[in-house]
Amino acid sequence: MDISVVFLAVLVLSVLGMQVGRSRAMAVAGGQARALHSRAGYYGAFVALATALPAFMVLFLWTAVEPTVIQALVRARLPAEIQALQADQLSLVLTTIENLAYRNIAPSQSQPYLTSAATLMREMHATANWLMVGVCMLVALGGFFLSRGRITVAFRARNTVEAVVKALMIVCSSIAILTTVGIVMSMLVESLHFFAEVSPLDFFFGLVWDPRFAGAARADQTGQFGLIPLMWGTLFISFVAMLVAVPIGLLSAVYMSEYAGPKFRKAAKPLLEVLAGIPTVVYGFFALITIGPALRDIGAVFGLDISSTSVLCAGLTMGIMIIPFVSSLSDDIINAVPQSLRDASYGLGATQSETIRQVVLPAALPGIVGACLLAVSRALGETMIVVMAAGIAAKLTANPFDSVTTMTVKIVAQLTGDLEFNSPQTLVAFALGLTLFVITLGLNVMALAIVRKYREKYD
Amino acid sequence: MTDATADNSPAGPLNSSEYARRLKKRHDAEWRFRAYGLGAIFIGLAFLVTLLWTIVSEGAPAFLQSEIRLNVTFDKAEIDPTGTGNIEDIMKADYAVMVRQALREQLANVGNDRAARAAAHRLLSSGADLQAREIVLKDRTAIGQKREIWLIADGDVDSFLKGSISRDTPEDRRRISNQQIAWIEKLQAEGRLKSRFNTTIFTRGASANPEMAGVGVAALGSFMMLVITVLLALPIGVAAAIYLEEFAPKNRFTDLIEVNINNLAAVPSIVFGILGLAVFINFFGLPRSAPVVGGLVLTLMSLPTIIIATRAALKAVPPSIRDAALGLGASKMQAIFHHVLPLAMPGILTGTILALAHALGETAPLLMIGMVAFVVDYPGGPLDPATALPVQIYMWSNLPERGFIARTSAAIMILLGFLLVMNALAIWLRTKFERRW
Repeated sequence: MDISVVFLAVLVLSVLGMQVGRSRAMAVAGGQARALHSRAGYYGAFVALATALPAFMVLFLWTAVEPTVIQALVRARLPAEIQALQADQLSLVLTTIENLAYRNIAPSQSQPYLTSAATLMREMHATANWLMVGVCMLVALGGFFLSRGRITVAFRARNTVEAVVKALMIVCSSIAILTTVGIVMSMLVESLHFFAEVSPLDFFFGLVWDPRFAGAARADQTGQFGLIPLMWGTLFISFVAMLVAVPIGLLSAVYMSEYAGPKFRKAAKPLLEVLAGIPTVVYGFFALITIGPALRDIGAVFGLDISSTSVLCAGLTMGIMIIPFVSSLSDDIINAVPQSLRDASYGLGATQSETIRQVVLPAALPGIVGACLLAVSRALGETMIVVMAAGIAAKLTANPFDSVTTMTVKIVAQLTGDLEFNSPQTLVAFALGLTLFVITLGLNVMALAIVRKYREKYD
Repeated sequence: MTDATADNSPAGPLNSSEYARRLKKRHDAEWRFRAYGLGAIFIGLAFLVTLLWTIVSEGAPAFLQSEIRLNVTFDKAEIDPTGTGNIEDIMKADYAVMVRQALREQLANVGNDRAARAAAHRLLSSGADLQAREIVLKDRTAIGQKREIWLIADGDVDSFLKGSISRDTPEDRRRISNQQIAWIEKLQAEGRLKSRFNTTIFTRGASANPEMAGVGVAALGSFMMLVITVLLALPIGVAAAIYLEEFAPKNRFTDLIEVNINNLAAVPSIVFGILGLAVFINFFGLPRSAPVVGGLVLTLMSLPTIIIATRAALKAVPPSIRDAALGLGASKMQAIFHHVLPLAMPGILTGTILALAHALGETAPLLMIGMVAFVVDYPGGPLDPATALPVQIYMWSNLPERGFIARTSAAIMILLGFLLVMNALAIWLRTKFERRW
């Protein structure tokens, strides 16, 4: 029996409970709906919730816990010499057994204890499955009949149902916190594993990124996991992106909010925002087949050797992507500057551009800075454009025609393909991810604080 | 401004040349500033147009595909020697021999030279035998008969017909030989080689041959993930938003939730991918490259957006609606679920569709959870290995063959088409149902 079948069965029972609860309530009230405390539907909902919720909880817990329990049971029955193996080797053996038992993938060298353990695991799994079906259905039926029995004329079904719904809503809200905790915890735990093998000092201040050789004989050598070149590449590309996005985005926002007529604005603003809706993988492809070759050809005219994965190419593409981000945020902020400031400036005889440059923009400056910080945080975390259009060699170069690499590129490089979760080559990705998360979080908090503070000033 | 007003000669006549010069300077500056603004907008739009033009001009040819019409004899002795229709025999049979035989008969002048025969065979895609097999699998009566079928031509033939392999290139540097050109022209003259609408790209999965590669499998994977995302993110997001907007007391815990949601909306997507890898795959042991994991990651990613959109939609419903419901004796829960929520629904759906459109184009987190697999077959369920449309685009963009540039662009056009439809739906919902109070 599959989990989905159990799920569906409980769901069907719950829908049935809806009907049964409703008719039961009508029956106890003698057909007089107004005799009941709540409307009849609430009694139905009460039975449905009592049937489904505990059963789903059991189902969820069971599926979460079952593999661990079975694994522990199987491990306890392995031959003694296998159990005496080191933790990581033992877990490898267990993975092999699981593969054999559930996915029928034969190990490279078959051994009798593996086959018997796999058979045992399969049997346990089958038993556990039947147990699960039994327990779930029992809980569902129990909830069904118990709740049905509680229905009386005076029973406050609405209050009970509403309390349960409210509790469910609180659970849903806390998923946001759980996500953040999950992000921090998962990356922190793996990063700590990484820092157990590579000193944090070497990671944060190392000037050389060369993870390939770390596993070999020179494992004790320092400096192979240096963050600095990756950080430099990330900042360099983001800087170029901002050089493109801020002037274009800001000037567009100024024109849209101060000069453009409603018709032009209505046409141009959504068109510009289309740029924000295009998936980043499309930008990456665009950089690959259009911007990269175009820059190389332009460079050739001036006798410059521009690499096809240059900083300029990745930065320019990323800048295009960020334009609408800067422009729509700045647009909102410029619109929030009170008209009285402009009127005062016009009254003193300033032209419109003088008003904008010397009154409106300075007044909007904190907000614009906040918008730019948000844009920077976006540029730092952008992945697909740099994976496709930036280089893979970690270099410390200030030449925008050369290629550099970024943190996100290396996260992707270290985490795709075959993974071993005990080698620093894989674990370093989590440390990079954590660094990225902390940096972007800091920028976001700062930007949101600036924007909020500024908004309060004029409201 | 200061230099304009700080005229030190108070009696200075307004028509002095000095005054005119300064005014002209200021008006020029005004004009220039306007031009910069307009220029910035047009640069932005120019980028958009270039991008779309590049994609469309590269991708449009891929929607046409060269195919060859051949009379293929489905050899009974090879396909079904026992006469029982044994599926294993049908799967194992060598269809390549049959289609090649048909091709040589059609060309009539191939001869027995090994090299010449190989050159002739290269006119057909190496996936042509799969096509022949599919015909048998679909219709068993074809066994032992001669059928006229369209078979996909090789990628090089396609490139030649579309003009990206030029006839003027010297033969030794051309991927198509003079003899092959002669054959191509013969087939064209007989009306047996034609550019037809490409259905392969919509139906098939990954392939090493550009002419046999399609986005169908990837699109199904994306669709599964979106379904999972909707089923999870919409109820959870709406429930969370209702609680935060309508019920939550103002305390530390709800403040924490709010700050969290605002920050999660700005966390780089790749971080969600790392979370999915660490939690769903490593900790819960879900399989890699499965749509269910992708769906869960995309759910976590789109939740903040949906919550923020829902809260805005709830806030837009005027308090008078709530007050009226409460005044008539509804409980708070009833007021919200029976009156406020239905009125906020268009806004909620608009926000959800936009969040989903964003999730559909997301690539980086899916790379993290191993969706970069080479998937040829349609996934049967949410736990089977699958890939997604944007990931397919990424993988194809790494392939050097000329044919794949066109395929990648065509895949992008299909993806952008989906996004366009979703956005149009959102705009339609907004304009049709949105009420201004």
